[in-house]
Amino acid sequence: MITISAILAGLLVTCAVWLMLSANLLRFIFGLLLLSNGVNLAIFAAGRLTPGAAPLLGAGGALPEAAMANALPQALLLTAIVIGFGLFAFVLALTMKAYRVFGHLDADRMRLAEPEKDKA
Amino acid sequence: MNSLILSTGARLLTALFMVFSLYVLLRGHNAPGGGFIGGLIAACGLTIHAFAGGVAETRKALKTDPRNIAALGLVAALIAGLLPAFAGTEPFSGLWGEIAGLKLSNILLFDIGVYLAVFGGILTLVFALEDTLK
Amino acid sequence: MTWILSLPILLPFITAAATLMLRNRKGAGWISVLGSAASLLAALALLGAVLREGVVATQMSGWPAPYGITLVSDYLSAAMVLITAIIALAVSVWAMAEVGQTSSRYGWHTLFQTLIGGVTGAFLTGDLFNLYVWFEVLLISSFGLLVVGGRRQAIDGAVKYVTLNLIATVLFLCAAGLLYGATGTLNMADLRQAVAAHPDQGLMTLIAMMLMIGFGMKAAVFPLFFWLPASYHTPHYAVSALFAGLLTKVGVYALMRMFTLIFVNDQGFTHEILLWVACLTMLTGVLGAAAQSDFRKILSFHIVSQIGYMVLGLALMTPLALMGAVFYLVHHIIVKANLFLIAGIAQRLTGSSDLYRIGGLYRSAPLLAVLFLIPAFSLAGFPPLSGFWAKFVLVKATLEPGMWLVAFIALLTGLLTIFSMTKIWAEAFWKPHPAGRQPSLALLSPRARRLLLGPVIALAAMTVLIGVWPAPFADFATTAAEQLLNPVAYLDAVFNVAGPAAPPVAPEAI
Repeated sequence: MITISAILAGLLVTCAVWLMLSANLLRFIFGLLLLSNGVNLAIFAAGRLTPGAAPLLGAGGALPEAAMANALPQALLLTAIVIGFGLFAFVLALTMKAYRVFGHLDADRMRLAEPEKDKA
Repeated sequence: MNSLILSTGARLLTALFMVFSLYVLLRGHNAPGGGFIGGLIAACGLTIHAFAGGVAETRKALKTDPRNIAALGLVAALIAGLLPAFAGTEPFSGLWGEIAGLKLSNILLFDIGVYLAVFGGILTLVFALEDTLK
Repeated sequence: MTWILSLPILLPFITAAATLMLRNRKGAGWISVLGSAASLLAALALLGAVLREGVVATQMSGWPAPYGITLVSDYLSAAMVLITAIIALAVSVWAMAEVGQTSSRYGWHTLFQTLIGGVTGAFLTGDLFNLYVWFEVLLISSFGLLVVGGRRQAIDGAVKYVTLNLIATVLFLCAAGLLYGATGTLNMADLRQAVAAHPDQGLMTLIAMMLMIGFGMKAAVFPLFFWLPASYHTPHYAVSALFAGLLTKVGVYALMRMFTLIFVNDQGFTHEILLWVACLTMLTGVLGAAAQSDFRKILSFHIVSQIGYMVLGLALMTPLALMGAVFYLVHHIIVKANLFLIAGIAQRLTGSSDLYRIGGLYRSAPLLAVLFLIPAFSLAGFPPLSGFWAKFVLVKATLEPGMWLVAFIALLTGLLTIFSMTKIWAEAFWKPHPAGRQPSLALLSPRARRLLLGPVIALAAMTVLIGVWPAPFADFATTAAEQLLNPVAYLDAVFNVAGPAAPPVAPEAI
């Protein structure tokens, strides 16, 4: 199980890097999203997998009979996913704005802040 | 979007989403649920409303700018965090009490704050995106 | 003790909520100023407590370390919190004259305060994952500030700033997650022991390198600095000043914390890399600045080169070098924020920030010229200003172990800094305005003049004060460096609040 998670995380990061090497801003952002998901999966696996176990106590605070999942990595993940969601929403809005300003999403041609003549 | 099925269904769905979001918010005290997911569900409900009747319609139904709701949520969460100052404990620590047989805690207030902040924040974003797509 | 540590973080958020509520009113700016003043008082109270007790710590909600989230402040943290509050107050006053009603309605003051809250939180937290959360808070606020009320250029700058900073954040998150998987703890004090005791030191060094790249990107060190000169000259001047003063320094602070507290077991590898990174950062930054002709772009490249000095202090890891790094941090934040504020005033008076299209400031606005010379000379390291002592200590620290080449690079960078500052002086102040404009301070309304010049004068006065009376600041920095090198007090403070020290979590080998 943990091997599969690790391979999957690696696969996601691979795809992410490939997407992020593109000059198209939208592809880059999808790559970024995949990258953060790959990292989330890696953290999840690093927190040890306990299939079928919940990180919750039973009624009245009773300990469950079987193994209990570690709640901390899950809490970390939730935080990271929520933050990632917020950031992604912002980046998407920024991309839309950029498209309106430039008329294209080609990062190589976005030179308003650093015009070519500066490269002397 | 102009669809009779959607606009009829939206009336029902929005109400259902709002009630369910409150249920999830209150359930979060000792079971899966809570302010964050509750706020998301409520925001989804109003997003459906906006899809069906247009953003202007939803803004009118909401009566106030969603940013005000987010600010109110932030204030509520901060008050919940600051209340322990009067009890002489650490910031953001839990306080439980009973008023007229009703068990209350500052944790509930914090969760309501999160609910409002998420609700207001997501709606601000949805409205802004909808406005620019026009 | 608890509230003294949480108030500097809570106050900006309270102010943020108030400014968000009142964003349509005229008074939002004044609330921001008032909130910043209150934060300054809280920061002073914290500094007082730290001076009395050495290190203060508390546990959020009373959960004991290493399970709960620790807030902890040693000398370095307290100094950083204080300087953050000072810059926040200065910039919020200055912004009253620049940030208009439209930006205010879009939440400029709210974003400003949450940014300050995030920065303060990052300085005070004792938990690695909490540090990540504070980074995100300050990052998302900075994204907002970059684009609110900005010009078309700002969108371009923001795209580069946002994407590269997000990659750095993901790297940081990944390293934090792996570190937790390997050691079972995220408390920084607890991590020191857990990392040292881990059987696979190679793995620890790998994680250390991930953190170094992540924080190095935020601190804008060579070769990860490209986003900084691409974006810092595009937003409001108030935003530039705030970013220039504080944001990269959060990265430097995080590097200092990681590589003095947690990853100290493989110094021959990690700190050697930091040393060369520092040298290359100094050189590339200052050479990049020499090729620029825009007021803010020159200053942006100088941020990069100055970051090199601070990382150099960290890389050497001697008491003197660390003391120099702490001194440099404080000096640099004041000077850099001030220079950007002055650039803002110069742009107001002359109508541009392109050095070839402005001029005549010396003749028409001599006061501004004097105010520019103080931080500019300080940046270049002229005695008796604050920058001289900072550079002096660092160069002395490189000579102690006989690193002549490093000392030479540090001095050469100082020399080239003078070249850049002379360029700004000659173009913006000395030569007449090409369009024949008389950029006098009288062009500003009396209210704008007071709001714009007040913070600049105050910050310049601080630079002079540190320069002519450096002994108490040097003593403070020496103690801060001692605490960094030998964090016994830090560990004691973290583990002895809220009950006895918890048993260490047994590290599971991966």
